[in-house]
Amino acid sequence: MTATEASATTTVGRVQLRKEDARLLTGQSRWTDNLAPPGSLHVAILRSPVAHARLARVDVSPALAQPGVVAAFTGADLADAWAAPMPSAWQVSDDMIVPPHYPVAIDEVRYVGDAVAVVVAEDRHAAADALEHVDVDYEPLPVVTDMDDALRDETLVHADAGTNRCYLYGYEAGEVDRVFDDAEVVVERRYIQQRLLPTAIEPRAVVAQPVPATGEVTLYSATQVPHFVRVFACLVTGMPEHNLRVIAPDVGGGFGSKLDFYAEEPLLLVLARRLGRPLRWAETRSENYLATIHGRDLVQNLAVAADRDGTVRGLRVDLTADMGAYLQLLTPSIPLLGRYMYPGIYRFEAHAFRCTGVFTNKTPTDAYRGAGRPEATFAIERLMDDLAAELGMDPLELRRRNWIPHEQFPYETIAGLTYDSGNYEAATDRALELLGYDDLRREQQQRRDDDDPVQLGIGVSTYTEMCGLAPSRWLGETGYAAGGWEAATVRVTPLGKAEVVTGTSPHGQGHVTTFSQIAADALGVPFEDVEVVHGDTGRVPWGLDTYGSRSLVVGGIAIHGACHRVVDKARTVAAHLLEAAEDDLEFVEGSFRVRGSPEASMSIQEVAFAAFGAHSLPDGVEPNLTADHVFDPDEFSFPHGTHLCAAEVDTQTGAVHLRSYVAVDDVGRVVNPQIVEGQVHGGIAQGVGQALFEEAVYDEDGNLVTGSLIDYHIPSAADLPHFTTDRTETPAPGNPLGVKGVGEAGTIASTPAVVNAVVDALRHLGVDDVPMPASPQNVWSAIRTAQGGGA
Amino acid sequence: MIPAAFDYVRVDSVEEAIGALAEHGDEAKILAGGHSLLPLMKLRFAMPEVLVDVGRVAALKGVSDAGDELVIGAMTTHHQVTRDPLVRDHCGVLADVAAVVGDAQVRHRGTIGGATAHGDAAGDLPATLLALEATMVAHGRSGLREIAAADFFVGHLTTALGDDEVLTEIRVPKLDADWAWHYEKFSRVAQAWAIVGSLALVRRSNGTIEQARVGLTHMDAVPVRASATEAALAGASAEAITAAAEQAAEATSPPEDLSATPEFRAHLARVLTRRALEAAAG
Ligand SMILES: Cc1cc2nc3c(=O)[nH]c(=O)nc-3n(C[C@H](O)[C@H](O)[C@H](O)COP(=O)(O)OP(=O)(O)OC[C@H]3O[C@@H](n4cnc5c(N)ncnc54)[C@H](O)[C@@H]3O)c2cc1C
Repeated sequence: MTATEASATTTVGRVQLRKEDARLLTGQSRWTDNLAPPGSLHVAILRSPVAHARLARVDVSPALAQPGVVAAFTGADLADAWAAPMPSAWQVSDDMIVPPHYPVAIDEVRYVGDAVAVVVAEDRHAAADALEHVDVDYEPLPVVTDMDDALRDETLVHADAGTNRCYLYGYEAGEVDRVFDDAEVVVERRYIQQRLLPTAIEPRAVVAQPVPATGEVTLYSATQVPHFVRVFACLVTGMPEHNLRVIAPDVGGGFGSKLDFYAEEPLLLVLARRLGRPLRWAETRSENYLATIHGRDLVQNLAVAADRDGTVRGLRVDLTADMGAYLQLLTPSIPLLGRYMYPGIYRFEAHAFRCTGVFTNKTPTDAYRGAGRPEATFAIERLMDDLAAELGMDPLELRRRNWIPHEQFPYETIAGLTYDSGNYEAATDRALELLGYDDLRREQQQRRDDDDPVQLGIGVSTYTEMCGLAPSRWLGETGYAAGGWEAATVRVTPLGKAEVVTGTSPHGQGHVTTFSQIAADALGVPFEDVEVVHGDTGRVPWGLDTYGSRSLVVGGIAIHGACHRVVDKARTVAAHLLEAAEDDLEFVEGSFRVRGSPEASMSIQEVAFAAFGAHSLPDGVEPNLTADHVFDPDEFSFPHGTHLCAAEVDTQTGAVHLRSYVAVDDVGRVVNPQIVEGQVHGGIAQGVGQALFEEAVYDEDGNLVTGSLIDYHIPSAADLPHFTTDRTETPAPGNPLGVKGVGEAGTIASTPAVVNAVVDALRHLGVDDVPMPASPQNVWSAIRTAQGGGA
Repeated sequence: MIPAAFDYVRVDSVEEAIGALAEHGDEAKILAGGHSLLPLMKLRFAMPEVLVDVGRVAALKGVSDAGDELVIGAMTTHHQVTRDPLVRDHCGVLADVAAVVGDAQVRHRGTIGGATAHGDAAGDLPATLLALEATMVAHGRSGLREIAAADFFVGHLTTALGDDEVLTEIRVPKLDADWAWHYEKFSRVAQAWAIVGSLALVRRSNGTIEQARVGLTHMDAVPVRASATEAALAGASAEAITAAAEQAAEATSPPEDLSATPEFRAHLARVLTRRALEAAAG
């Protein structure tokens, strides 16, 4: 409940300026597209301009004749290069359909952006120009972009599958029908989670550098998951793993869009080996919008059953989820990761969940910051506000009546998860105080009474989320191909510096700083003396990379464990050299001291040198201070918090102005408060983006109409209010640091807080929903419809 | 996002620019700030074969006093227009509008001539120049032409400039102290193009509105004036604003795009015009 206590010599709990920043801010970063191995050629990819067609003819020979062009390939030319199709790693149900998917389309294209042909040229411009000379006959096939249309199976995305239904997944707990039959109040809603474009500031890029003498290839990729990429690139190309090294250099944001395995990775690998030359490819922004996964895109049909006094009883959730044209690595699982979060922080006695995955002629969807949890949190938090309105209750009063009281943790939810710890009361009380809730409610009433053209609304979001993906056993039970552990190696070098090797793969979060703090404290070495190695399968043999707010909660704990193993070994060596019993040694500020004789001591650096020299080691002790640790969590951790938003809505223009925003998050113990704050700020901004600004729009022919930043609006600082942030601290019981994870919290919490505020401002005008994004047009139309004017 | 290949010519004088345009015909384009042209080239919507860079033509830069008018060189950037003392003293409305074009980066590169020659109905300056009844000065092989703003914007991204003509200067009238103005710019995100904008220029004397001019941004294929509103206010009192603003969208054909339906645009034009007039006349 208080800020983390830190002693004078520890760094955990304190702000440490980010080690990463000097380099990033002075332009010294190494983005994949800055890597230009000598002799590199450039790859450009011809992308289908039509959403569905048979490739009657693809002729690359005119492109080959263009100046500077070295090679060109059709999908058919490359068909024999693939040992396996592109992978789908999560079999969410037995009947799930996995359509064949190859890096370059062979005979049919299924979305605008599907790869049709590849050109390799001496420079980027020659490659781009040559694409215009590839001759393609697209024989048009019917296009389906709408999920309801797709489910009628009249137009098929994959004719061989015979249906557009990818899967149907169901879950039920408690007596759902009885609870709904007996309910005093039932509120039903349909919310749309619009499709979003992840828009990492650095688009994707790949460089493949062959070492012809050995047959090895180094593949650089702007990815969140170099270890995944190595495994899948080897599966798809048949190349042995020991010949492939994958490096994620500096990576400029991912938000889930780089938690994937993309066609260009095996493609460049195969072509670089064929041509024996280093190859480069980098997306432009418009290409990124077609060829990198999209986020969200769900229709949510919901019903909540409650008593008149506000006690919630049952929750029904029925989703249709747009997969796009193919399954990317985790596509089908994303709405199902959300499935656990629909009950939110509330005590339901019955719950039914259903999700239908649907193929359409659009870019595949996959993980986008929060991955299923923002959608679920939006649904339950919007629904709670609508239920409160139906019951004439204050939305916070309704939540208080139903949330899990802090003394009931651990708590098993109706969705089948055990929440580890939390204190919703404390976070909410603090948030109310910071916002000045009562004053704002008074002002809201005044504006209503005055019929002010600018109305005020207050939005509430009391969220929780599951972090720390994930217990390997749980992943196995749900049909995922891999595990959820994380690995670390910690070494104290001969001259006393600490080298921390982590299997996580940061792309902007500040892991180097956070992990240095953990290691500095555990090893008793200066923060500056810690080096963190990551993102390179050559230097980090084991790892499961970064996504799902897992890096600290799983990876950080592995580092912590490895540090403790190093200290244990150092203690054994020090005891031997100091001729003392291990039990008589205390380890304080990096030194082993014999209790009672303070002059007899050895620093960990001295021990490291002695262990390196290995002149005198106890029996059975191997040289060097080094240890590995692989941590596999037993349970998820559940951060939570209360976000409150006050929004002014101009009823004449539909403009929404966010006046104030308060976020009180409980992410367990905090290692670096500034990094946590950065994650919360960025997360809120991204969630506000979905609430007010962003929407990927397709026309009925399957063209992405919002194909560049001219039409796809992401918020900038000028669109956002000051964020007032604070924290409560309820340590996670499941790990020794008590940490819970913070990477997605802001995004999960903020979208419903903002939309609830907009609706709250307009509810007295008869508005009970505004579709996202709550743009001026959508707000204005909602008011007009409510007042009988038609949209 | 990768433009097609093009040749690049840098010229030092207007004559050289005209010569280059004459030589290459409609394959050539003047490059000013590049902030409208280069995005179109990157999307390969525009594929000129030659770019004629007038960035170093000193004669095209800066503001001078010509008696009743100010003469603004075509290559004067939005930022310079905003800061220029002559503009601020004698035609403050232009400084105020230039200050809300895009963001600081755009204002330091983009030029008043480029914005005018591009003729984008969604741009803030065309509607302003229309309401100011500015004069565009063009130089071509056949000499100099003066074109009234009302005749300059002829269609979607189309102006009265010929293929071989360089827009050299823009002449705006000096406004005396009886003029007041306000620009209501309504955008989807901060620092972006207007969904709709309404510029009110009001000249008052003895408590009545002697003359009102209203320029509308993004309400048609070209910048337009709200003529019915203007007519309703000539000689009227400020009380007439509400009713007059209701006519703001008359005779316009608002475009449809992802940010607004034509109906919503018309509605916004009415609301924003009322607000702009109230602010200017208040
Ligand atoms: C991110 C972004 C945001 C923007 N936001 C806004 C905004 O909010 N409001 C707004 O009004 N504008 C906005 N703009 C446009 C900006 O104002 C442009 O700079 C301006 O419209 C064009 O000016 P330029 O000097 O860049 O012209 P260029 O792009 O160089 O040229 C534009 C066109 O005019 C022609 N041309 C240029 N100068 C001459 C000349 N002297 N004679 C003949 N032809 C000429 C060129 O050949 C070309 O066809 C934005 C631009 C960007 C990139």
